Amino acid sequence: MQGLGSSGKCGSCGWIGSSIGRKQLIGITGVGLSLFVLIHMLENMLILVGARPYNEYTHFLTSNPLIYLAEGGLLAIFLLHVIFALAISWTNCKARDSRYAVASNGPKGTSMVQRSLWAQGLLILVFLILHLISFKYGAEYSVDYGPGPIRDMHKLVVEVFHQPAYVVWYVVALIVLGFHLSHGVGSSFQTVGLHHPRYQKCIRALSVSYALIVALGFITEPLYVYFIHRG
Amino acid sequence: MAEAKGMNLSLKIWRQAGPQAPGSFLEHQAKGVTPDMSFLEMLDVVNEELIRSGKQPVEFDHDCREGICGACSMVINGNPHGPQQATTTCQLHMRHFKDGDAIVIEPFRARAFPIVKDLVVDRSAFDRIQGAGGYISANTGAAQDANAILVGKKESDRAFASATCIGCGACVAACKNASAALFVSAKLSHLALLPQGQVEREERVVNMVAQMDAERFGACTNTGACSASCPVEISLENIARMNRDYAKASLKRR
Repeated sequence: MQGLGSSGKCGSCGWIGSSIGRKQLIGITGVGLSLFVLIHMLENMLILVGARPYNEYTHFLTSNPLIYLAEGGLLAIFLLHVIFALAISWTNCKARDSRYAVASNGPKGTSMVQRSLWAQGLLILVFLILHLISFKYGAEYSVDYGPGPIRDMHKLVVEVFHQPAYVVWYVVALIVLGFHLSHGVGSSFQTVGLHHPRYQKCIRALSVSYALIVALGFITEPLYVYFIHRG
Repeated sequence: MAEAKGMNLSLKIWRQAGPQAPGSFLEHQAKGVTPDMSFLEMLDVVNEELIRSGKQPVEFDHDCREGICGACSMVINGNPHGPQQATTTCQLHMRHFKDGDAIVIEPFRARAFPIVKDLVVDRSAFDRIQGAGGYISANTGAAQDANAILVGKKESDRAFASATCIGCGACVAACKNASAALFVSAKLSHLALLPQGQVEREERVVNMVAQMDAERFGACTNTGACSASCPVEISLENIARMNRDYAKASLKRR
């Protein structure tokens, strides 16, 4: 009998070429992006404190020279996540060449959230591009609190979130992000190999509550601006 | 007696003459089905009627009809092995259906499991994955004294739970990506959890995963549909172990 080492099938493709390696890359970059959205959401909460802290914090972030390093890293993580997720979704789609006539609706079935992860991802991608156009590359208002003029991000945010259509689109996109996270956060544990019968319920609860906190936090901002902050 | 009259069921069964032939659903009637029949016995009755009337019987895989061989493979109303959990199609009894039910019966669908005829699919991809490393080839010499290598009860139970995989392919059939992760991880785990499997543990995971990918199964999205459909309830913990071992083996590879 041949020894295992002599089969010669393994060396050619490597970790990144394998289905498991790709999933692990998607999982790890997903965790990075999850941490980013949590921090971003917490920063957005400054809108509840007032215009000045909101603008001063924005200035603190954007005037820091490290911002380019952080943005570059974030972009790289994001692109890896999107490109490998699309590639693996395509492979997965091709792995079944004929469709079932009936889908299971019992425990043997798969939820709509899990079936549509790729579509959620694409919607989030579109949202992200529009989001950057609206805010990062949006109107440049300025305000002066003393040490010199800085960007009045607060004014722009208030202006944008007074458009009802934009608020609806923003809320829908963030609900989709919530669904994406509710699967992704827990799934990334399993993908990198962290599974233990004692902790499974905790991981699931963490995943769902993380998604809820991030989505509800983000949604708070446009709803607060639209319904409460009329000034 | 109600059983004597039996149930009448209308079946929509996938009929396909051969691997390249186009397939479609055909309506068949199952008459006089008793609750104690297994699903396969119900199909036997349908086939006898088809043969009597000079038609082609419905081809389906079956062997032991005791739930241990893993030969039976069909998707019943969207569920691999039918609606009951921890049950193979041969052990699924007609008492779970009622008179007048419409039942859609399809083959396991996956590109790696090409349809041979009707409900019969070619699952030899599993054999090739198994052949890529699902064994122990280290020379262990003569048989050792009993208890020379100590194996804890819990470890041996977990290894046995993984070893109960009958290789039926329901996991692939249930998965939205037609992923073989549950099967491959069960075959890896039952060796990885025992001392005998340690020597080749890393090469085994790399080789079997490479073969799994070469057979063009999809990747795992961790939906859990595989484990829910598994007649022997193989746990998702096996997939995590495979993922962990694969990452470790890939990092350490020279």
